[in-house]
Amino acid sequence: MNAQAGDAVKVVNLVVRYDRTLALEGVTLDVHFGEAMGIVGPNGSGKSTLLKSIAGLLTPASGAITVLGAPPKKIPAGSLAYVPQIEAADWSFPATVWDVVAMGRFPRLHFWQHFGEQDRSAVEAALRAVNMYNLRARHIGELSGGQQQRVFVARAIAQRPQLLLLDEPTTGVDAETEEALRRVVRSLVDDGMPVLMTTHDLDRVDEWFDRLLVLDRRVLAIGKPDEVAESGAYASIREHTHTHGHARSA
Amino acid sequence: MNPLLVPFEYAFMQRAFVAAIAVGLLCSVMGTYVVLRKLSFIGDGIAHASFAGIVIAYIRGLDYYVGAAIVAVLTALGIGFVHRRGNISLDTTIGVLFTGAFALGVFLMSRLKNYAVDLQSFLFGDILSVSSKDLLFIGILSLLIALTVVVLFRGLLYTTFDPVVAQASGLHVETIEYVLLVMLALTIIVALQSVGIILVAALLVTPAAAAYQLTKRFTPMMVLAVVLGIASTVGGLYLSYFLRSSSGATIVLLATMLFFSAIGVKHLKSFRSA
Repeated sequence: MNAQAGDAVKVVNLVVRYDRTLALEGVTLDVHFGEAMGIVGPNGSGKSTLLKSIAGLLTPASGAITVLGAPPKKIPAGSLAYVPQIEAADWSFPATVWDVVAMGRFPRLHFWQHFGEQDRSAVEAALRAVNMYNLRARHIGELSGGQQQRVFVARAIAQRPQLLLLDEPTTGVDAETEEALRRVVRSLVDDGMPVLMTTHDLDRVDEWFDRLLVLDRRVLAIGKPDEVAESGAYASIREHTHTHGHARSA
Repeated sequence: MNPLLVPFEYAFMQRAFVAAIAVGLLCSVMGTYVVLRKLSFIGDGIAHASFAGIVIAYIRGLDYYVGAAIVAVLTALGIGFVHRRGNISLDTTIGVLFTGAFALGVFLMSRLKNYAVDLQSFLFGDILSVSSKDLLFIGILSLLIALTVVVLFRGLLYTTFDPVVAQASGLHVETIEYVLLVMLALTIIVALQSVGIILVAALLVTPAAAAYQLTKRFTPMMVLAVVLGIASTVGGLYLSYFLRSSSGATIVLLATMLFFSAIGVKHLKSFRSA
């Protein structure tokens, strides 16, 4: 995929409310084709809410979102892939690794179309990209957290989307999985894919992302990772995340 | 004449067996979604609510099953709507709606001076009374539901496993959910005559739950559920002839036994592989 004209995502003055709680107030950003943008911020800062709004899963109170040139709920099926946090899924569901990744093809198929050779090769390529092809016949309940995360990313890749949204794919995964995911994301970005991803891990943001957005219900900073770091916008978050990270690994 | 083949001699038994196959098939296919989406309480609720439709149809001189179907479909859609739009939890919604509708049915019935409706046969079913006209109704509904499942197979599967991601990737999750609820309501109406209001939820849940114990993938689960479901309905009907027992209760008891056997087999398997 080559870089296309215009922005992949354009968000202007986005306000999202849950009942009376304000989750996002006046968020503005744009994501270009062929760039990975990281979203960092403390817990409850609205990172997941921002992704869900762009994915068309939430209706904003006000503001405008344009995804691939259209409002989120109007884009063609299969053009956006969203990878949620793995805790949200039912891992006792009767499905193998292959079955779940194959679902990534479903939005691209009409009911009269067979799950064909093209679909199978997309699933296989996605599984190989995250080093899960050898485990394709395993039941999803028998996977580690890192493997489950890779299955979800593989499902998104198999969809061959034009925009990829990832919600904390590196939280709680082993170092090997994190590196595998980083390589997959970087190679998609190099091919022109726009990627928007939330993360808790601030240590390697410069290896993951082209730009970084610091969020705490509003945009605190946006720019190249080193510029954002120098601005001191996430000093308080870094402190918070480090304690969080240690607590998790203990 | 082989005494074991005697039940197949009678025309009413032949009709009952055809109905049993259709009911076993439909309930198990829909039951696979019911079990995986944790909707068993909804099945029970729709069945009870449909009683109001039966009584209203009786008062108005309409076909019972048309009345039951209309109320069942409206209840199913109402449950879906309140669940999506309201701030009330699903089990509370169903608990309020289904007991309310059931009470309305009993209320209306109790005010009738002299009613010829056999309450017992609606509560516990009477598969032996299936007429040719009933079979036609069952056949048409079965075909409709089977066709819908085939057309929506991938969408139903994806939204059952992961509705959020399915929606983000562009599937019409809300529409699929409402279609599923309507199919569920119609399945319950078809099964009502065979096993009755009280036991219909068992036929939706038990074969699929048994299949869930023994399989690791969705399609095998559905196929095995159908096998176990038809074994229960046909086997239960057959046994009830010799045991002189209620056919609905025998069907459900057989399904329950198959469920516990499935759990036994599962433990045996994990014991062997350990």
